[in-house]
Amino acid sequence: MLKPRVLILRAPGANCDAETQFAFEQAGALAERVHINRLRENPGLLHQYQVLVIPGGFTYGDDVAAGKILANQLSVFLGEQLRIFRDKEKLILGICNGFQAILKAGLIMPPDEDGPLATLAHNAHGRFEDRWITLEAAPGKCPFLAGYDRFDVPIAHGEGNFICREAWILKGLEQAGQIVLRYVESEARSAEGGARSAESGAPDSCAPRSALCAPPSTTLPFPINPNGSQGDVAGVCDATGRVLGLMPHPERHVLPTHHPQWTRRGLAEEGQGLRLFRNAVAYFL
Amino acid sequence: MIWEIEILPRLRDPERERVLTEYGLLAGPQRRDRDLAEFALTARGFLVEGIFPLESAQRLLDALLLDPLAEWGRVGELNALQSFEHPSGVTALAFATVLLKPGVMDPVAESVELAARDLGIDLFSVRTFRRYYAAQPMPAPVRDLLFRKILANEAIEQAIEGPLLLDHLTLGSEYTFQLVTVPIRNLDDDALLTLSRSGQLSLNRAEMRAIQEHYRKMDRDPTDVELETLAQTWSEHCSHKTLKGHIEFNGRLIRNLLKETIFGATQEIRSRLGPNDWCVSVFEDNAGVVRFDDNYHVCFKVETHNHPSAIEPYGGANTGLGGVIRDPLGTGLGAKPICNTDVFCFAPPDTPSDALPPGVLHPRKVMTGVVSGVRDYGNRMGIPTINGAVCFDPRYIGNPLVYCGTVGLIPVQRAQKAAQPGDLIVAVGGRTGRDGIHGATFSSIELSHESESVSGGAVQIGNAITEKKLLDVIVQARDRGLYSAITDCGAGGFSSAIGEMGEKVGAEVHLERAPLKYQGLSYTEIWISEAQERMILAVPPRKWDMLRLLCQSEDVEATALGTFEPTGKLRLFYKDKQVAEIDMEFLHEGRPQVVRKATWRAEANPLPHGLGSDNVVRADQFSAVLHAILSSPNVCSKEWIIRQYDHEVQGGSVVKPLVGAANDGPSDAAVVLPVLGSWRGIAVGCGINPHYGDLDPYHMAALAIDEAVRNVVAVGADPKRIALLDNFCWGNTERPEVLGSLVRAAEACRDVALAYMMPFISGKDSLNNEFRTPGRTIAIPPTLLISALGIVPDVRRCVTMDLKEAGNAFFLVGETKNELGGSHYELVTGQAGGDVPNVNTALAPRLFAKLHEAIERGLVRSCHDLSEGGLATALAEMAFAGNIGVDVTSLGVGPSDVVLLFSESPTRFVLEVRPDHIEELSNLFDGLPCRRLGQTVKEARLRIAGANGEWLIWTPLAELKESWQKTLRW
Repeated sequence: MLKPRVLILRAPGANCDAETQFAFEQAGALAERVHINRLRENPGLLHQYQVLVIPGGFTYGDDVAAGKILANQLSVFLGEQLRIFRDKEKLILGICNGFQAILKAGLIMPPDEDGPLATLAHNAHGRFEDRWITLEAAPGKCPFLAGYDRFDVPIAHGEGNFICREAWILKGLEQAGQIVLRYVESEARSAEGGARSAESGAPDSCAPRSALCAPPSTTLPFPINPNGSQGDVAGVCDATGRVLGLMPHPERHVLPTHHPQWTRRGLAEEGQGLRLFRNAVAYFL
Repeated sequence: MIWEIEILPRLRDPERERVLTEYGLLAGPQRRDRDLAEFALTARGFLVEGIFPLESAQRLLDALLLDPLAEWGRVGELNALQSFEHPSGVTALAFATVLLKPGVMDPVAESVELAARDLGIDLFSVRTFRRYYAAQPMPAPVRDLLFRKILANEAIEQAIEGPLLLDHLTLGSEYTFQLVTVPIRNLDDDALLTLSRSGQLSLNRAEMRAIQEHYRKMDRDPTDVELETLAQTWSEHCSHKTLKGHIEFNGRLIRNLLKETIFGATQEIRSRLGPNDWCVSVFEDNAGVVRFDDNYHVCFKVETHNHPSAIEPYGGANTGLGGVIRDPLGTGLGAKPICNTDVFCFAPPDTPSDALPPGVLHPRKVMTGVVSGVRDYGNRMGIPTINGAVCFDPRYIGNPLVYCGTVGLIPVQRAQKAAQPGDLIVAVGGRTGRDGIHGATFSSIELSHESESVSGGAVQIGNAITEKKLLDVIVQARDRGLYSAITDCGAGGFSSAIGEMGEKVGAEVHLERAPLKYQGLSYTEIWISEAQERMILAVPPRKWDMLRLLCQSEDVEATALGTFEPTGKLRLFYKDKQVAEIDMEFLHEGRPQVVRKATWRAEANPLPHGLGSDNVVRADQFSAVLHAILSSPNVCSKEWIIRQYDHEVQGGSVVKPLVGAANDGPSDAAVVLPVLGSWRGIAVGCGINPHYGDLDPYHMAALAIDEAVRNVVAVGADPKRIALLDNFCWGNTERPEVLGSLVRAAEACRDVALAYMMPFISGKDSLNNEFRTPGRTIAIPPTLLISALGIVPDVRRCVTMDLKEAGNAFFLVGETKNELGGSHYELVTGQAGGDVPNVNTALAPRLFAKLHEAIERGLVRSCHDLSEGGLATALAEMAFAGNIGVDVTSLGVGPSDVVLLFSESPTRFVLEVRPDHIEELSNLFDGLPCRRLGQTVKEARLRIAGANGEWLIWTPLAELKESWQKTLRW
């Protein structure tokens, strides 16, 4: 059987490309890291691959807004080719900065006449945060997540706060089965006595003129929901299920030694993120 | 035409929060709430210059700059956007606009220029700004404080009230060449020194005389750029002339302190190891290189960036990390950076504002800025920051210390380099501007209260993405063999990089070829500019096309500046006119030997501390002491910092900086896999404790080494494969007693390295860390950072410090002595005296070896070293990290309970051991100090019984953890 070919897109400031390649190789794919300039020169190159991955990082420094300049390039230079790619039953995966880029490029949900439906804004507590969290999957038709329920992966981002323009948009995404990953309480935590009260929210320095400080809208408290995302959303797929964007890093949980508790619980067979990459490979076999 | 684009936050307003926080630090929370009640919001914005209509600026906003779900945006002519109608009904008026000073690196503006081109909008130039809005005009005193201290940092920014008076944004003006010579042949000593000072050359009398003599012989005067090159190369920063110079120490002559201590120890260790020598390249390249496995070496370098960080904490720390990342990248033929470390020393963050000397930033502002600077560079580069420490002492008030380290991975066949005659001198990466001119000489002189205003030219902002692009192409070019040598442009810029690389050959450089950020730089400015993110390659002419195309393919600029000509001379040209010709030999060997005096006198040891003393702590206060130690700033949780760093990027994380049941306990060291697919790892740890140095710098150094080693051994590093780095930050070593304390510390480094058989592989010193105010000089305490890099044979054997299960035994390994001098027990109880802990160099290596064997055999369930706060603190940390209780029922006998609980005797560990491993572990440590203390319990408490059976400490873990976490929960 031919190994599926994976294109991991490099752009200035992308920096999770090597470990994403490793994860796909562990999963049995033939993964290559390709600079965006090669695709700009020859957009048709894309069609030699079955999976397109926009990896994590800080493309163009996240200047302007996270992933925004790359999103703009994806739309301006590759928009048409990306649509063809998706419509050919191929897979697109955006991790962290890649999620920010494909969301802002309209690849997950195209904008309507009033503009974009959703965005990834600054974390509610205002800082970059590296932290392990627990996800609950509702795989539906998203092939990447087949067989997943709860699993642990780390986040590492400053702008992962998923916000929809209107409440009906979030509801619509839920009903369409596009909210495929949510932050949930870990089993260890719930055993410890449940969610503690939220520590974050608006800081006390917001005291004067608090009318101008909008309170973050969130369901579960920090740090279960680490960034304040509406509906605890961690990952979203497009209407076909074949385009997935997620803030957490599954490629950082492919080895058993990645898990922060491995010295307590013992070594697992493999990391819980590996299945996501194996699913992508299996989709083409 | 200049358009203004402004973006205002609909959600949180972090810049407004920053202003409120800093105002509160300087004026107190009550005045803040009163004075800033009308401070409404802040905006960020862009000035864009180009020949295009308002609609294009609007398109730039809509398509690129604005996130309409999180922000409001608007566009107007220059100065048209001075009031803002907030949807809440408030009309806010702009009271200040802050711009970067012209020429300061503005990465966001560069990105916008690029992205605008993607949209087909042809811009000339972009500048970013911040704007501050209030519902009412600010009263004069409030406005004054905001403008002087808070809104802008004068070193890099300007705050403007009212309209911006600008007619263009593009920088620079035509430069007219004029060769400058500096007549020095007839100057007397005073005039030579005046010249050195006024030209910021930082050369002393003997050095100026040597230069004068040299040019008299050549029968001409030096050009300005020749003098600058000599000053740069001979600076303390570049040549380390004090530590390599002659030192008269208590009547004995030391010819080269480093050679006789630290290098010397390494040489001795290498020869003793013989065929097992694992050093590859030590103290010669930009980083020290040791073997990792059959295919790769690892290298490690730690640098300081203290003075820039004092003036502009964000930029100083940002470029500090950016600079040290280029060290491994410039080692051998280029190592890929795989992890970073950072260690900071600050004044206490709760320092009252009226205790700040003039010209000094508040330590909390310094700390916040430094952490952000490291965060933004490391995270953007995709290099995990995995280890660090923070020390607090009031003497760092004017002189914070910022240590940044980087470990790199290099294929074994790429570890050596040599520029060949005929190779092209190629500059790659960022462009050259007036950035940081005089950085090298500036970091060798003391800071003063005037530094904030006069030294600004030496402070910079980095652009991590430029460096990331550089890294990406260098690794590819290395693997394709496209160059024969590489080095980074650090302090001294091209001058240092090309001067060093061409030392054995000779070099000819055409300065006008260097790509510039803007016009108008003189040939001298081009040569000594310290613009960031630049490297120099020696490229064989036949490889040049391939290298050029590779760089071009990823939008990295590469320019051939000249050739390494086998002339033995450094020759510089500007548009074919020669502007410098210096003998490489004079440049590198002509500096007169520095001779310094050093003295050390052991202070009479104060009364032994502990029993019998008047203010001895009563047994019922031990819990309170433990809580005080846990919440002291040195010991407390640094989670606020650690989580802002990506410590897992590159996918090799094995032991994280935070560990335990809730992922928030203090790991001893971090472990990463440099090569995915192999289980061989590296452990990185550090040791630093300036408090011991006040008692005896010899023991401070020995203890710092022991601590760094303990940390990496505790997680599973092989004690036979541990390499060390030294970073000395000292006061003014022209004072004999200050230099004497440094000599003491260096001697300890030699003695302990030899006893442990652990080589030093690289190091750096930063001297003259003193702050002058009109009234007094504040010198930092002598501060030695030791970093340790250990090889972990199989990371699946690694151990973490959190207790794992109830029902296990735990043991104390090592000797506990009455050594409370410099301890945290004394610090929090306000006492002094006693003996500083001494390292037992005969016993320690045996303990490390046995502990490693126990870990390898799988006998150790958890392991934590004992450091600040001694046994009680270590047990508390292990217990709350694992959420497992502790019952100590056999504390043992010692001089006093205080000593048993809080002494900081080195080379000690607590081990948690399963019942079925107790016998094997006891046998393993037979004949060595290893005592069973008690057992782990499921009740979440820490209980420690004294010799007579009474409970000395009985505290719930949640309270201990809260004490440990609350201090820096920002």
